Amino acid sequence: MTVRFVLLVNKQGQTRLAHYNEIVPKAERRQIEGEMVRKCLTRSDKQCSIVEHRGMKVIYRRYASLFFIVGVDEHENELAVHEFIHCVVETLDRHFGNVCELDIMFHLEKAHYILEEMVTNGQIVETNKSIVLGQTVMYDPPPEK
Amino acid sequence: MSTRLRELIRSVRACKTAAEERALVAKESAAIRASLKDAEAHYSHRNVAKLMYLHMLGYPTHWGQMECVTLIARASFPEKRIGYLGLMVLLDERQEVTMMVTNTIKNDLKHRNHFIAGLALCALGNICTAEMARDVAPEVASLLHSKNSYVRKKAALCSVRIVKKVPDLADEFVPGTSELLSDRHHGVLLCAVTLALELCVLDQAHVTHFRKHVPVLVKILMSLIRAGYSAEHDVGGHADPFLQVKLLRLLAKLGAGDADASDAMSDVLANVASNTDGSKNAGNAILYEAVNAIIGTESVGGLRVLAVNILGRFLGNKDNNIRYVALNTLAKVVAVDTQAVQRHRHTIVECVKDSDVTIRRSALQLVYALVNDSNIKTLAKELLDYLGVADVEFKSDLTRRIAQLITKYAPDRRWHVDTMVELLSKGGSYVAEEEARDFIVLITNSPELQGYAGRALFRAAFESEQHSNRFQLSAVAAWVLGEYGDAVVAQSTRLQGEVHTVIAEADVVKLLESILGDYHAPTAVKQVAITALAKLGTRFKTQTSAVRGAMGKVGTSANVELQQRASEFCGIFDRGPALAVPLLERLPPFVMKSKEALHGVAGRGKHEGTAVHSAPGGGGGTAGGVGDLLGDFAGLDDSVPSSAAAGGTGGGADLLGDLMAGYDATPGYAATPTGASVDPLADLMGGVSMQPTTTATAADPFAGGAAAADPLGDLMGTGAPLLAPQTRPQPAADPLADLMGGIAATPAAPPPMNAAAFDGAPPAATPSFIAFAKDGVEVSFVCAKPDPMDPSKTTVTATTVNRGGVPLLGYVLQAAVPKTMSLSMRAASGDSIPANGTVTQRLDVTNSQHGTKALAMRLRLAWNAGGAAVVEQATVDFPPGL
Repeated sequence: MTVRFVLLVNKQGQTRLAHYNEIVPKAERRQIEGEMVRKCLTRSDKQCSIVEHRGMKVIYRRYASLFFIVGVDEHENELAVHEFIHCVVETLDRHFGNVCELDIMFHLEKAHYILEEMVTNGQIVETNKSIVLGQTVMYDPPPEK
Repeated sequence: MSTRLRELIRSVRACKTAAEERALVAKESAAIRASLKDAEAHYSHRNVAKLMYLHMLGYPTHWGQMECVTLIARASFPEKRIGYLGLMVLLDERQEVTMMVTNTIKNDLKHRNHFIAGLALCALGNICTAEMARDVAPEVASLLHSKNSYVRKKAALCSVRIVKKVPDLADEFVPGTSELLSDRHHGVLLCAVTLALELCVLDQAHVTHFRKHVPVLVKILMSLIRAGYSAEHDVGGHADPFLQVKLLRLLAKLGAGDADASDAMSDVLANVASNTDGSKNAGNAILYEAVNAIIGTESVGGLRVLAVNILGRFLGNKDNNIRYVALNTLAKVVAVDTQAVQRHRHTIVECVKDSDVTIRRSALQLVYALVNDSNIKTLAKELLDYLGVADVEFKSDLTRRIAQLITKYAPDRRWHVDTMVELLSKGGSYVAEEEARDFIVLITNSPELQGYAGRALFRAAFESEQHSNRFQLSAVAAWVLGEYGDAVVAQSTRLQGEVHTVIAEADVVKLLESILGDYHAPTAVKQVAITALAKLGTRFKTQTSAVRGAMGKVGTSANVELQQRASEFCGIFDRGPALAVPLLERLPPFVMKSKEALHGVAGRGKHEGTAVHSAPGGGGGTAGGVGDLLGDFAGLDDSVPSSAAAGGTGGGADLLGDLMAGYDATPGYAATPTGASVDPLADLMGGVSMQPTTTATAADPFAGGAAAADPLGDLMGTGAPLLAPQTRPQPAADPLADLMGGIAATPAAPPPMNAAAFDGAPPAATPSFIAFAKDGVEVSFVCAKPDPMDPSKTTVTATTVNRGGVPLLGYVLQAAVPKTMSLSMRAASGDSIPANGTVTQRLDVTNSQHGTKALAMRLRLAWNAGGAAVVEQATVDFPPGL
């Protein structure tokens, strides 16, 4: 298991998307999210974006008001994960067109689909944006009556 | 009525309070439940979407899992899609649901629509259990050969999960993985490499298997480096850096411990390391992984140098992430190749001062690993400089590390002393007690440096007088100044090149006084200081009155412990130098590096600092003896003042008795009639049994008897009464006491008078009488009433005299009393009696029916005379009135 979780948190510390690659009990999830907000959001731009936390490494990147926080195993290549976050953001950007916090919030399931195409079982599956987005065409729900 | 997800989100966001939000969510959850119950099929998509949203907010949603199971079974792709997603997101530790979906997933795996097959694989990859894994393994293994790349890559990742859950199944996937490793599709390749890595981690046999693929992997990597621009995979000018990183990782795994494989990949590693452009993060990610691969494999020296140089370059990078990984990687390298890392020492030390705490922490770890004999001086200086500005959270760890490094690598003792003094002044209270103690041990063992260290500590303590955390330094300085004060002021101990400081005796006393007068100083530090002061009182002839003055001041301290100590020392000084000088003698060097001994002292708890000082007669003992003695003193400290005053039964009290004996026997105070050269310290050290002079034997009756009112009893016990007007025994009492003590052993002696009589206590001792006499063995009893208010208590001092001319060995005296009385026996002064020698033993009897029943006792004596064991019994006839 490399990628343990992907969290999207806004500047106020509200979770906007939580994608766990292992089963985490609810209480623990809350705890992790709280700790992540406390640890990552308080750091300045000048500090490095890698935080060691409970035997794993947490790598985060900030895009405007949104923090992308990824928890990975200790021995993972931090720089590659850092790059991967950017790749995810670019993919979301291409799908939503200049993605913002609200896009992700109101299209939660789509954000999940895209993320799932890119990470399965904690491993990176695909980084080619066209292939990732190739599937999303079929995702729209049936027209509601 | 069901609302749309969008509306739910809006209303949740509109909530002003958490309670409002909870109410809304409860209402919405109820609506979703109702909708699920009514099986409103056209709403199930939005219901699951809403559930996911609520789940993210942290509300319970487990009851929606079943809806996902139904959705998965639907035919429409969007419904299936959200069903799978809901399953993966909402699933919790309860596993029943996964059992229910196994069948649907199995069907979907065989679906001709590759998206659906991919979905099923993805779900399996995320949630499958060991049981499911066994169930679906053959299908997944066959999907590794699917024509569709989308299915192949998902199958590869799904296999990762399966082999992880059930390692036995791994062999089934090895052939498929081998095939995928030469796939042309990047995504598939990425997943295949991941799977191969996982298989290698599981079993070393797989590593051997996949080594065959090294040339193929090298070729792929090479083509990635050389590939021109391709929009699909380009990230910051690098062709698929994620794949490159993964490939390098697999190569590192395959090359580890295998020279041939390492050799086969050395070209490509060199290529990556030298040709990758490090100006962007993606490039650095690749370089970083290449460095890891070079370090992890059996690379040639040149390649390793290249790797460390890349890390050196990383260290100079402005991006903190890159510096962070460089420091972490160097920490790994330092274990293998210290020399290569040493070259970057300056940059690493710079990182210790970085503004980012994460960088600082990593850099510090690395610096610790870098220290060796040749650079300890520079690095210790750097670290000490840093200590002054370091974050509070680092300080205790940092001081500990510095102290360890100094101890380990110090080139000479003088440097060691200098650096430790600096550490004490900069680290202050962050210096652990143990390190301070180790330092003291070092000083005690370096006679040539004692004066030097004392002066250095004096200067440091003097300069840091205003620092808030100076007390560890004060304690060490006080200790050393107390022990070696004479060496500190002596100019003859000056070392070459030492800072010229002339310290007068008065300065030292003043410094100690200032510690004692400091309101912030902890009691433990003051205790050290007061003992130091007492020691200096005997060494600095010019300062005796100043020391007395300072003692007097502390004697009124509100702190009982200090007050008592001050009074005790005053009492000792009152008795003249013959007692004070040997009592306050310098301690012998402690045993170096003997961890147990140190810990033993540490185990005495808070009294350790003072205990070391209170071991006045330690001169004669071994280190172990000192330890024991300290224990006794510590025990005494713990139980002050009640038990000591009450003549408690602990070891401390015994020692007290002996101490008093020594005091009474002090030859300088009054000429002892025995004329024997009595060493008071022998008594102090429990030497009573070793030196059976009459004086020594005489001591015990007073220790045991009403003589507890003796000034020394006060000295050790309560302390306070000294301040109150007190009737001292007249000096004449003492020789007399000694005299009569000395002759108490002989039955022909005139009735001895009791010293306590001079204190105004009622005469309580009776004449001695013979309790037992046979075969030249005589046991005489002296009875005394220790407590005039409680006549039921009687203290009996049994003195056995051997007149037989044959030494008695293994002498044991046992006594029994009726049930109405209680008896406690002290240890005898010895277990063998030489010809014409004596042994004394004290017995405390309490007669609960005093006045109605007279004292009664039976004795049983056993000894071994000339090889023959003798056992005798006797009944004691007590004189009336007891």
